[in-house]
Amino acid sequence: MTGTFNYEKDADNIVTVTMDMSGPVNAMNEEYVKLMGETVDRLEAEKDSVAGVVLTSAKGTFFAGGDIKSMLTIQPGDDVKNMYDMNLVIKGQLRRLEKLGKPVVAAINGAALGGGYEICLACHHRVALDSKAVQVGLPEVSLGLLPGGGGVVRLVNKLGAERAIMPLLEGTRFNAQKALQNNLVEELATDADDMIAKAKAWIKANPEACNPWDVKGYKIPGGNITRPNISQMIQGASPMLFQKTRGLIPAAVKILDVVSSALRVDFDTAQIMETRAFVSLLTEPTAKNLMTFFLQMNQVNGGGSRPKGIEKSKVKKVGVLGAGMMGQGIAYVSAMAGIEVVLKDISQEAADKGKAYTENLLNKRVEKGRMDADKAAGVLSLITATADADALQGCDLIIEAVFENVDLKHNITKELEPKLAENGVWGSNTSTLPITLLAEPSIKPENFIGIHFFSPVDKMPLVEIIVGEKTSDETLARAFDYSQQIRKTPIVVNDSRGFFTSRVFATYIDEGALLIEEGVDPVVIENLGKAVGMPVGPLAVQDEVSQQLTVKANETNMELDKRLGHEFAKDNAGYRLAKKMMDNDRAGRFHGGGYYDYPQGGEKTLWPEIYNWFYNKDVSLPVQDVKDRLLFRQIVESLRCYEEGVMNTVADANIGSIMGIGFPPHTGGVLQYINSYGVKAFANRLAELAEKYGERFAVPQVLADKAEKGELFM
Amino acid sequence: MSNTAYIYDAVRTPRSRGKMGAGALSEVKPIDLLAGLLNGLRDRHSLDTSLVDDVVMGCVMPVGEQGGCMPKTALAKAGWDESVPAFQLDRFCASGLEAVNLGAMKIASGWEELVVSGGVESMSRVPMGSNGGAWGEDPQTAFDTGFIPQGVSADLIAAIEGFSRTQLDEFAVRSQERAAAAREAGFFDKSVLPVKDLNGFTILAKDDFIKPGTTVESLSALKPSFQMHGSLGFDDVAISKYPQVSKIEHVHHAGNSSGVVDGASAVLIGSKAAGEKIGLKPRARIVATAVTSTESTIMLTGPGPATFKALQKAGMTIDDIDLVEINEAFASVALRFQKDTQFPWEKINVNGGAIAMGHPLGATGGMLIGTVLDELERRDLKTGLVTLCVGGGMGIATIIERV
Repeated sequence: MTGTFNYEKDADNIVTVTMDMSGPVNAMNEEYVKLMGETVDRLEAEKDSVAGVVLTSAKGTFFAGGDIKSMLTIQPGDDVKNMYDMNLVIKGQLRRLEKLGKPVVAAINGAALGGGYEICLACHHRVALDSKAVQVGLPEVSLGLLPGGGGVVRLVNKLGAERAIMPLLEGTRFNAQKALQNNLVEELATDADDMIAKAKAWIKANPEACNPWDVKGYKIPGGNITRPNISQMIQGASPMLFQKTRGLIPAAVKILDVVSSALRVDFDTAQIMETRAFVSLLTEPTAKNLMTFFLQMNQVNGGGSRPKGIEKSKVKKVGVLGAGMMGQGIAYVSAMAGIEVVLKDISQEAADKGKAYTENLLNKRVEKGRMDADKAAGVLSLITATADADALQGCDLIIEAVFENVDLKHNITKELEPKLAENGVWGSNTSTLPITLLAEPSIKPENFIGIHFFSPVDKMPLVEIIVGEKTSDETLARAFDYSQQIRKTPIVVNDSRGFFTSRVFATYIDEGALLIEEGVDPVVIENLGKAVGMPVGPLAVQDEVSQQLTVKANETNMELDKRLGHEFAKDNAGYRLAKKMMDNDRAGRFHGGGYYDYPQGGEKTLWPEIYNWFYNKDVSLPVQDVKDRLLFRQIVESLRCYEEGVMNTVADANIGSIMGIGFPPHTGGVLQYINSYGVKAFANRLAELAEKYGERFAVPQVLADKAEKGELFM
Repeated sequence: MSNTAYIYDAVRTPRSRGKMGAGALSEVKPIDLLAGLLNGLRDRHSLDTSLVDDVVMGCVMPVGEQGGCMPKTALAKAGWDESVPAFQLDRFCASGLEAVNLGAMKIASGWEELVVSGGVESMSRVPMGSNGGAWGEDPQTAFDTGFIPQGVSADLIAAIEGFSRTQLDEFAVRSQERAAAAREAGFFDKSVLPVKDLNGFTILAKDDFIKPGTTVESLSALKPSFQMHGSLGFDDVAISKYPQVSKIEHVHHAGNSSGVVDGASAVLIGSKAAGEKIGLKPRARIVATAVTSTESTIMLTGPGPATFKALQKAGMTIDDIDLVEINEAFASVALRFQKDTQFPWEKINVNGGAIAMGHPLGATGGMLIGTVLDELERRDLKTGLVTLCVGGGMGIATIIERV
């Protein structure tokens, strides 16, 4: 261990403690406990000759919080007890620092999130650098945890329930300015010298500082639980939280519970309650899943699936072919990233309409004060709407987003590929058509790649990159870099029919349709889809993507089978019902309605006629079966993709499922969910479902193997 | 009586100081205190909770965290069968024993088969006085009825009976000695279920309010608790009702009054048939119960009359009783009870009482049932009596007999 908490006393007897732990960041681990313990011991011993303490960091970040990788390994039993004991030691040290009787100031030179900000809260005053590097907050909830280092209790005591509750429940990260506005820090500094100077000035001005909650008679701002408005707010927060999390995130409930306790009991008792709640979460499946998600996001965004050794690239000019819903979205996100965009359609009018989409979104941002008018004008000016193919000349990337038709796409490739700059990349935005097939007419198939966007492009954070047979590593790297340039998370899949996300997504719709055909009440199907954590039920989502698209995709797949001699397309309920709906003029939400009617300005209601088709009041499936069918179909399909090598990493599957198709975040993704369910237990449950509901739930070999070997999907 | 009410088990939590931040149980929500105990009872008998007809819980401050028919919420949180109802009742300090008695009546009437009775009180989180009440707060009522605080009533008893502070302190010391010895010997272990947190970590396993080593000398340093109340005018109110008293010496203090603590109790009461259904042998039967009232200003003299009333119903005399548990609300209450009944001291509160271990208001009655039953079994004796003084002048008593 080579880390130190450097201890330096100046001429004014102010001690500056500079945290410089052995790892790349300061983190709450055993080394921290030792260093902080020694520091507090020394401060107490030398208290009489100390005027105050400045706590800062030698790293680029102030302090990073808990060690996620080690928390992931925690098992029920002794591990939890050890964490409990260690947590109380950490709290005890911070309490001693807080009650030193001398002013302690946090000089926040970089990110202070989670445990880092909890340390700041135990100080008496916080000066943060006014820099982009500074972020403060308690984001533990996003990891399925709660701030266990006194964060809940101190934030409630500091800000009062009304102002503390949202940052805690949403895990809000505040930049320096926002942190100041919201009272999370008290002062901002222009540079490091200014920061230390301000910290020391405060110490001189407040020689006997202590935290307000340690002053007898302290009242929490806004009052405690005995105040009717506060108790009503806490009561109201429970259903709001349920509505938001569907009860699937235990950490959020426990945070609210500790907030309530902090408003009811004394400071130290509340701290113990916070610790008990914190350690209870460490073994929660949702915490493991969300922590895994966090690490896998880092893995994916850190270029885990990007070929190594290829220089990072940037797109300067992108051509977008087709100014429809997808094309206009791609133009918008590209322009927002500062890329020059040529938005081409067959008519100027269509192209202009596509550009107007960006103008509209920009106007909204300006109206909301999120962008100034000049900047918006600058973004808009990056887009050239045109019907002229020559405008594409010199694009280093062209993304084709025309109708899903092989021949059309072939023709366009032949016509426009020559406009690319030297060694330019051709991307096809397709959700169904094989890239290798689309690349056939290409003069440079190694530069041909699939870039599958999700709708609406400006909101959906994922891009699915599809590698064709001939796609080169360099092309993949460049598509990857472009995705990150436009602030999307890229996952990488191989060129298999349906790729990954479309294949998995279709099973949710299909299972919903099967349940309809079996006579289950549509209301039950929808509510249980939401209950497992899907954003909407399978019927509503079918309406959103439209029955028309489902029919089209299925028929495209049948044609492709003929063309390629595959047997990919199968008769399925999703297709059957979408077709039946179309025959009844119910082609989707934006085609006059689908499973639902969409009255203007009103809430959607189920189309009554649907009850006359299959609904049978005597059909009653076990609730758990319906839930599992809706969720597990997607997992089985993902497993098949995984064993077929559609994606190369578990992380891509997990991240892709959550960010691309709305798979519930608390699961950690399609494959991580199996880990937390228990691989063997999951295989057994699938076998049960297969027995009861059919072969589509049959245990894939890769799962059987993992269960047999006792391995996880990592 | 058509049916016999049997006691199948009696459990309790340990007791700890009822002061926020100072007592080990003050971090435990009352709902968890009760739910944890109920599940402890359930688990140790693999009890099919759907067989329970009702849950009756004493709670003297049923407001705030203990409000809103808390026992029913506790059942829901504990995961008991949804068919089980529950409620709380308040008869001041008799609440826990009243719950047992009402449970016994439900069984005896033949209208119900299996009931869990007891009580819960987190005095640290819902302190005494949280619920207000007209008796003390409504001036006309206070005037008309001669309201005085219980501590002044306890001092009034001592004044009338001539109990000296030393006598009271000697009693308190004996309570401490007996409680410490009983805890040391493990006499409580059978029925005290540890309080655990949500991780299964033990928060408190044994009573920790007992102060072994207490002596009359050490108690002599304690200042009277109710001097101030008395001099406020409550002494005058008391003397107006008891003109034979010239002066009230304030002889009660923290060391010879019951401790303010947190805790919960649960007694499983049922018919013979219910016992067969759940596969348990009865440990005792409830022979008779009584509740009565005496003059309300002196307030705490009810145990003697309640005891005689219960004995009369049972067709017994005091000599038929093997052991008595009288709640040590104040030392003078126990002394007055002994004087009224002339029951031998060596059979009263043989393992100490509330002065040593504390009196979690609504829970105490259920705790005393368990304490006397465990001791009857340990000594292989037959009949026990539990009695408490009660606010408003009331008294309550229950006679049980091992079967």
